[in-house]
Amino acid sequence: MIFSHEPFERHSLVLTAGILIVVAIGGLIEIAPLFYLENTIEKVEGMRPYTPLELAGRNIYIREGCYTCHSQMIRPLRDEVERYGHYSLAAESMYDHPFQWGSKRTGPDLARVGGKYSDDWQRRHLIDPREVVPESVMPGYRFLDGTPLRYDDISAQLAANSIVGVPYTDEMIDNAKADLEAQAVEGGEGEEALVGRYPKAMARDYDGRPAEITEMDALVAYLQMLGTLVDFKTYEAEDPANKR
Amino acid sequence: MSTSTEVNPEKPRVGFDAFLLSALWLAGLVTVLWGAAKTDDPLFAVHMGIFALGFTAMLIWLLRRTGRIMGGTIRQTAYEDDIVRVGTILTVFWAVIGLTVGVVIAAQLAFPTTLSFPDIPYLSYGRLRPLHTSAVIFAFGGTALLTTSFYVVQRTTKARLAGGLLPWFVMWGYQLFIVLAATGYVLGITQSREYAEPEWYVDLWLTLVWVVYLLVFLGTIWKRKEPHIYVANWFYLAFIVTIAMLHIVNNLAMPVSFLGTKSYSAFSGVQDALTQWWYGHNAVGFFLTAGFLAMMYYFVPKRAERPVYSYRLSIVHFWTLIFLYIWAGPHHLHYTALPQWAQTLGMTFSLMLWMPSWGGMINGLMTLSGAWDKLRTDPVIRMLVVSVAFYGMSTFEGPLMSVREVNSLSHYTDWTVGHVHSGALGWVGFVSFGAIYCLVPWLWGRKQLYSLALVEWHFWIATIGILLYITAMWVTGIQEGLMWRSYDESGFLQYTFVETVEAKHWLYIVRMLGGVLFLLGALIMAYNVWRTIRGDVHESESAGKPALAGAQPAE
Repeated sequence: MIFSHEPFERHSLVLTAGILIVVAIGGLIEIAPLFYLENTIEKVEGMRPYTPLELAGRNIYIREGCYTCHSQMIRPLRDEVERYGHYSLAAESMYDHPFQWGSKRTGPDLARVGGKYSDDWQRRHLIDPREVVPESVMPGYRFLDGTPLRYDDISAQLAANSIVGVPYTDEMIDNAKADLEAQAVEGGEGEEALVGRYPKAMARDYDGRPAEITEMDALVAYLQMLGTLVDFKTYEAEDPANKR
Repeated sequence: MSTSTEVNPEKPRVGFDAFLLSALWLAGLVTVLWGAAKTDDPLFAVHMGIFALGFTAMLIWLLRRTGRIMGGTIRQTAYEDDIVRVGTILTVFWAVIGLTVGVVIAAQLAFPTTLSFPDIPYLSYGRLRPLHTSAVIFAFGGTALLTTSFYVVQRTTKARLAGGLLPWFVMWGYQLFIVLAATGYVLGITQSREYAEPEWYVDLWLTLVWVVYLLVFLGTIWKRKEPHIYVANWFYLAFIVTIAMLHIVNNLAMPVSFLGTKSYSAFSGVQDALTQWWYGHNAVGFFLTAGFLAMMYYFVPKRAERPVYSYRLSIVHFWTLIFLYIWAGPHHLHYTALPQWAQTLGMTFSLMLWMPSWGGMINGLMTLSGAWDKLRTDPVIRMLVVSVAFYGMSTFEGPLMSVREVNSLSHYTDWTVGHVHSGALGWVGFVSFGAIYCLVPWLWGRKQLYSLALVEWHFWIATIGILLYITAMWVTGIQEGLMWRSYDESGFLQYTFVETVEAKHWLYIVRMLGGVLFLLGALIMAYNVWRTIRGDVHESESAGKPALAGAQPAE
């Protein structure tokens, strides 16, 4: 035999090194290019980082394991585009640390659920899904309703995001608490500043409890903005720059 | 060589290992108490408290253990088998826990009105589902891998576990990791990375445990009295090394505060997705496959008393398996925003992966050459062989589902869940149960199991459970996949989403029953193991029956 397996069986470090080299190759070739190939992420208009309230809502979405049943990734298949809307772009999750594409649809995809239902529907559905969708198998989340949102560290949350690459400015980080509070009421004095920093941000009382900012406020604010940022009127799917 | 042989008759001593461990655990205790005192994150404080309890328990254990070593009640034996005994019991325990949580969440999907607790966050499906997956993969599977690797590496190197008390650090440290992960999910501490949900500080702890595990494993190989490293140890080593790489890269994250639970992944969107599924698929490839193949390579030949079928096939399928597996991750992201070149690579390598997977299956099954009659007489060997058959089936189904066009139907559906369970219940579950049934009489010095008839019952009940489970999931998965894409005569989508949910109701009950049967089998095993440890033999099996092949102490 020209090739001998002997060294691998007699020297544990040769075996260990051999394993490490062999298992490193695939990841290096598949994953590393995604960080520098320019066409990995499409050029779109409208993407911005999450507002502080949306980010807090997203963290509740993560905490409750919503990703175990809901995807946020619409595939370019006829039925999915008709059911859920335009197929998802890589650009739409470029500020998502971590991504929430999901792997299972025990419930429907949520990538573009924003604006599909009213705040009141979302709230009632979260409290008791079977009140509005009798056949649903989703658990109820009544405990979110009226639970005060804990956001004393919201500036630190934004700052951590900015360290991993989300373009939060110092101004956004410094004003995070004010922006969060401004988004939970309609027509408050901070609304203009909020929308200035976060275009398309929607300020209103999401949970029907104007006196307090609750976890329900945050989660509904997050759900209501999902998939609404990218301006698809200016997106050219056939542009060579967007073909991947 | 019997397990109680003394090889070290000189005076018992407590060495550097005990000093190192106590220093480590004391330092850990101080750190976590400081963390608990300083933090204003209540959940972080709870977790630091659990750390503190864990470290304290380990310190008490260490004091008692060293006391018994000094007092001479623990003899320095040829092999460290106490840890394997503890690990075997823990494996059975976690099997029952993990399967029970699985039955609970299956019931929640089947009876959502009765089993929805809208005021109790700790009992919602979204928090219990990671509890189930981690309890089965990491608590049951991981403890089974630690335990069997500690047994197998000693027997195949003819050396005692290296590091003195350090293997115990690995075993107890890993159990602490499990408790932290499990309590974290229930409390709502998660990174939302599937099968890598624990937060940054738990990840750091696991990294430390894992590095010591690698050192203990390699250290034992360095002490070996056999010139060659046995094939099972290649697989264990590949499992340990690769899991370390995957774990570290996939969990790179920025904590919001070093005194808080929350962190943000270092990567985002498409890069994060591929990193996660590079990890996720290779948790399957290296945790649930390579590690359990190592188990197969020891327990199947040992129990069948036949040599491994082909040495050359082991070499070829070992290197190709570990090389190809790493590439397969993108098949979890077909038709997503992942660039198509990466999807194509993932699918291509997944298809190629079929070959080395079946190489392993063939090597396992053909080891039975000349001993096929044992399938009839020995339910333990039957369990091991059927596990290899399930391995073959799910590693055929996997490449099939990785084909983009098939995946367009199967992805996001219950078909994936069924596929995972044919691997997890049929392969990982059965090969571990087979190993446990081998180990318990060997470790406790019993001539035979309490009852082979109960193994028969376990085998058949669990097999029927698996079949109910996976057929229910095949039907619901393909059904919902077809319903989602079905159009009516006027060209509109024929079904609303919730109609596809409603259509699965009865099969969700069947799936739950499958899970109940599998759990019942595990409970029978727990009873059988307990009675065997006590030294009982069922009266119908105690007399006149010849001792079964393989039911003797190893070596």
